[in-house]
This record gives sequence, C-alpha cells and structure tokens, in this order.
Amino acid sequence: MRELTYLEAIREAMQQKMREDSNVYLIGEDIAEYGGAFGVTVGMLEEFGKERIINTPISEEAIIGVATGSAVTGMRPIAEIMFSDFITIAMDQIANQAAKIRYMFGGKAKVPLVIRTAGGGGTGAAAQHSQSLEALVAHIPGLKVVMPSCPYDAKGLLVSSINDDNPVIFIEHKLLYNNKKCIQNVPRQMYEIPLGKGDVKREGSDISVAATSYMVQKSLEAAEKLSQEKGIECEVIDIRTLRPLDIDIILDSIKKTGRLLCVEEAPIFGGFMGEVSAQVSEKGFNWLDAPVVRVAGRNCPVPYSLVLEQEMIPGASRIEKGILNLLNKT
Amino acid sequence: MCNDSKAKKPYINIDGYRMEDKFSELDDSIKIEMLRKMYEIRHFENETEQFIIRGMIHGTCHLYIGEEATAVGAIYAINDDDYITSTHRGHGHCIAKGADLNIMMAELLGKKTGYCKGKGGSMHIADVGSGNLGANGVVGGSIGIATGAALTCKMKKNGKIVVCFFGDGAANQGIFHGSINMASIWDLPIIYLCENNVYGMSTSVKEAFNIEKISDRKCAYGIEGLTIDGNNLVEVFNAVSHFTGECRAGRGPVLIESLTYRWMGHSKSDAQVYRTKEEIKQWVERDPIERYKKILIDQKILTEKEDRDLEKEAISQIEEAAKFARESPFPEPSEVEDDVYA
Repeated sequence: MRELTYLEAIREAMQQKMREDSNVYLIGEDIAEYGGAFGVTVGMLEEFGKERIINTPISEEAIIGVATGSAVTGMRPIAEIMFSDFITIAMDQIANQAAKIRYMFGGKAKVPLVIRTAGGGGTGAAAQHSQSLEALVAHIPGLKVVMPSCPYDAKGLLVSSINDDNPVIFIEHKLLYNNKKCIQNVPRQMYEIPLGKGDVKREGSDISVAATSYMVQKSLEAAEKLSQEKGIECEVIDIRTLRPLDIDIILDSIKKTGRLLCVEEAPIFGGFMGEVSAQVSEKGFNWLDAPVVRVAGRNCPVPYSLVLEQEMIPGASRIEKGILNLLNKT
Repeated sequence: MCNDSKAKKPYINIDGYRMEDKFSELDDSIKIEMLRKMYEIRHFENETEQFIIRGMIHGTCHLYIGEEATAVGAIYAINDDDYITSTHRGHGHCIAKGADLNIMMAELLGKKTGYCKGKGGSMHIADVGSGNLGANGVVGGSIGIATGAALTCKMKKNGKIVVCFFGDGAANQGIFHGSINMASIWDLPIIYLCENNVYGMSTSVKEAFNIEKISDRKCAYGIEGLTIDGNNLVEVFNAVSHFTGECRAGRGPVLIESLTYRWMGHSKSDAQVYRTKEEIKQWVERDPIERYKKILIDQKILTEKEDRDLEKEAISQIEEAAKFARESPFPEPSEVEDDVYA
C-alpha cells in the first residue's frame, strides 16, 4: 500500500482500466499534452497515445454525443467535462440521448459511458465554475450518479463506473484533487466498490449525518470537534452513489440514533437531500425522534468574493450548529 | 480493339458534379428490390395514416411519403453492416435498412411485440444489431451519436461507415457544427446526409437559411459535399456510392444535401397553413416512385405488369404487418420500469 491523492487515485483507475481493456478511451478538452484542466490526465497521452487520449475542440454537446454513439457501438468511453457547470451545454445528449437510449429501444442497447466532471465551489471561480448540479442529473432515470469523497473510494468507484453498462455521471470535487488532508492508502491492484452502496465513514450513536462529496470531509471535521469538545458522537454516512441510492444504510443508522442531518453543497431548494429526506420520512418515520434537517448551500448562485462564497457554501461550523440544533443543544 | 464504346459514361448530377454511374452496374434484381422498398415505405405510411385517422396511434407520427428515394438510394449504396442514424421522420430509413415491417408496425401501435416493446413508438425505432442506431425525437439529436459510431469504426478499424440522416432543421442545431467539425479533424468515416424537405415543421428553409445550398456549409469544415436531387433514386445512389470508398479509406466525412419534399403535414396535427396546394402539387408531380419506375420500365428492366405485381405484393405485406400489429398484445403495466438500466 502507498498513499495517493484523490487525483492520483482517479488517474490510476483510468490507467489500469485502459491497460486491461482496449475499448476504454478518454475524450475531452485539454486532456492530452495539457493533462486536463486540473491535471488528472497528466502522463496518459505518453502512455496511451493520441488515438486513446482524444483531445477535442471546445464542443461539450458533441463530446457527449460522440462518446454516447461510440458507447452504443462497442467502446467504453470516459468523457471529461472540465467543469460540471458545462454539463448543461451537453444536456440534450446526456438527458435525452444517453440516459434514455436503452429504455426507448426496449432494452436492446447499452450505453457504457462515464462522464467525469469537476464539481463544487470554494475556489473563487464564481457562478459558472462552481456549481453542484448533481440533483439535475440524479433526477433523470437511466443515469447513475457517483460522488466520491476520498481517494480510496474514488478509485474503486471509478473502476466500477467504467465497468458499468449504463451512463454514469462521476462528479469529482475540485477541493479534493490535491487535498493533503485527504491522502489515503490506496491498494495498487484494481478493485471495485459497488455502485449503490453508501459507507459509514465514522460510527456514532447520538445523531446520523448523511453527506456527499466534499461535505463528507466537512461533516467528519465537525464530528471530531463535537466528540472532543462535547462528547457528542456523530455517525457520518457517505452517500457515495446518489443513484442508485443506498437508503438502507441511512435507515439502519437512524434506528440507532433517531436523528438525521443531511449535508450538501448545492442550493437547498430542490437539492438531492430533499429526496433523501422524503425517503427517510416515508420509510423511517417510526424511528425518528425529530424531523430530518438539511444543511445545504444558500439559494443563490455561487458568488465570487470569499466572504460571500463562504456564506453560500456550508462549512464545518454550520454543520456543527446544525447538529447541535437537532440535538437541542447549544 | 478500341474500347471506346465500352468506356463508362460518367453520371453528372444537378449540381454539375461528375461521378461514376454505379447504379448502371447493379444487377436488375437489386434495381427492382429498391423499387419494392419504396413501395413498402409508401404503403407503410399510407397504412400508418389510416391508423392515425382511426385514432389507433397513441401519440404522433411523422410520415416520409414523397422522400422515399433518399432513404432507399442512400442505404442501398452502403453495406448491410454499415451504420445509420435516423430522424423523427424515420420510418423510411428503418424500412430501407431492412427492419421487419410487422415489428415496426407493432411498435407504432404501442404493442409488446414492437421493436421497443412499446416503450419507444414511432420516433425511437432502432435495431442496433442491424446497424440502425435509431430514429430520434430531437431534431439533430442523432448527429453526435452517428459521429460517435464513426469514431468506433475508426478506432476498431472495422471498415464500416456511417450514414447520418437529418433534416434541414437539424442543420441549424449546435450539434451539427460540433459534430461535423470533429468528424472533419479526425477524418471519420461518415456521410452526413441532410434531407432538405423544405420545411422544419412550418418554417421554410428560405426563412431559416441565408445561403443557397445547405451543402455550401462543407467549406466551413474543409470537407467534400454536394447537393443532389433527392427525388431521383439513381442520383442518390450514385452520389452516396461516390463517397463510400473515400470514406471507408479514412479520407473523412462528406456533407450531402438531398433536395426532397414531404407531401404530408409535419405530424398528425398540422393544418399546413404555411404552404400552398400548388406547391405540394408541383412536388407530387416529381414523385420519386413514379420517376424511378419510369426509368426501370424505359430500360426494360421491368414491365408495367411486373410493376403492378410488385406494388400489390408490397401492399399485402403491409396489410399483413397491420394485422400482426392489431392482434399483438399490449405490454403489461408491470413492465413500465423494466429496461431503464442494463
């Protein structure tokens, strides 16, 4: 075992799958010599050549259309959309084509496509380069949606996503790529983490906290602080795959704690945690001692100024406050 | 001996483009089969219209009547295992590509025995196994998919090509630009075949373009292209055949504009206030089936009687398909969430 960053774990998953399966290829903007806007594909051109590391013009809609067509005809493309905000440019191809081809054709086609994209804010990139659009795609039947929160999960979930015969939206978080606090031991060999399985990242008996992506790290930070300062033990659940959703792991947790706080970075209105909250109310009402509460982004675009951006996106202190309120403590 | 008498005459199309007359080299049986396919399309669509009138089509349909020469001429110019993508007006392409008429008609009636088990309907008929990557409900929606299939052909070096059908309306979608540009820079084996049937729903090409010919857009991508008479099967066949070799050899994409006309309304709910009866009449006089039939009869490939028999056979086949569709069961409601994921 050796330690890898989140970015290195993602790259290793792609390299290992590409060595194993000649049908796997990469397509996207600035992924060749440049190595991708965030450096995820650095060195891959040298190993796999320009036939399999396909640099494209700036045409997101065509990138996803081409990747979809090649997937239907036997390839296993990994398309990189530089910022998750730009999936909106390719939305016809994602929502009307890739997601629906199998169903519309009566199950007689498959679309083994992975769309990797960098989501989330906190980088001062403002409204068009910082969004968390996972709810948009998770809403569409036919798509799977994955949001890893750490290097170990990133590698195993990406391998599974590439092996999956459905279109998978794989949303990486920019603040995790080179985050030295989140370096982890990652096995050298290839391994899969099944899609549709959440993960308890920290056990606890007082309250359950369900989170996605970078908010898992922030929730763990808040949980440690509350444990040390107040003796409150939070159970932190990483949802990992939004669709298919592992609701059972959350229900099992609230059987123990009776309380659920949901944490996400996207604006709270219509966010993915609304779905989690609804399902928990429908299926786990008897175990709840209090209403499900959400801590999420404010209802505005992601602003530029650091002061405003920190107000828009939840941090450990807002999560901490949310936990204390839900436990009726201060 | 002098070979002059045997020297092949080139075919010169309406655009003044010189090409080999590949059509003349075909076996008579293939020439007749193409006429038969056109009859199948025409009568399939007539039958579909009857279903629409009787309220048996749950949804809409876009009929291909008047455009048969384009689908048949283009698809007979490629190999059986080559790919096509189609449009929302896709019945003609599917039939020309060899779709089973019974299964197609069943899909239109929303039956379990249909191509999509009743989940797709008219706008989503596909048969991936036979290279038909599907009709598409979104104008221009299949241009990217076709380009991706061409990328597969190039990467797998399988020698196949793609014919991407789309309409004049689709030529103004962003995906048209992004995809053709990519196909050009990567030399993908694909023929972009724009069926200019004069209207994108109600909007005339005169209102939607400020260029004379849609094929002029080839210049923007540094590729070959031309405009053809899409109601002349011989011309469509020759034009597509002209480019298949280059395309297969990896010398890049082509943009063909096929001039044709849809006789019927855009869909089942079209009062057709945007065009005149006179205009429709002028195009009906250029009926692709009548024109092609005349060529075959003039060349003594077919007699009037054989032609009538051919059409009768097509009609009875369509009646058979309609019967199959009517008698097929609907899907079970419990199947509704099947096939969302692989």
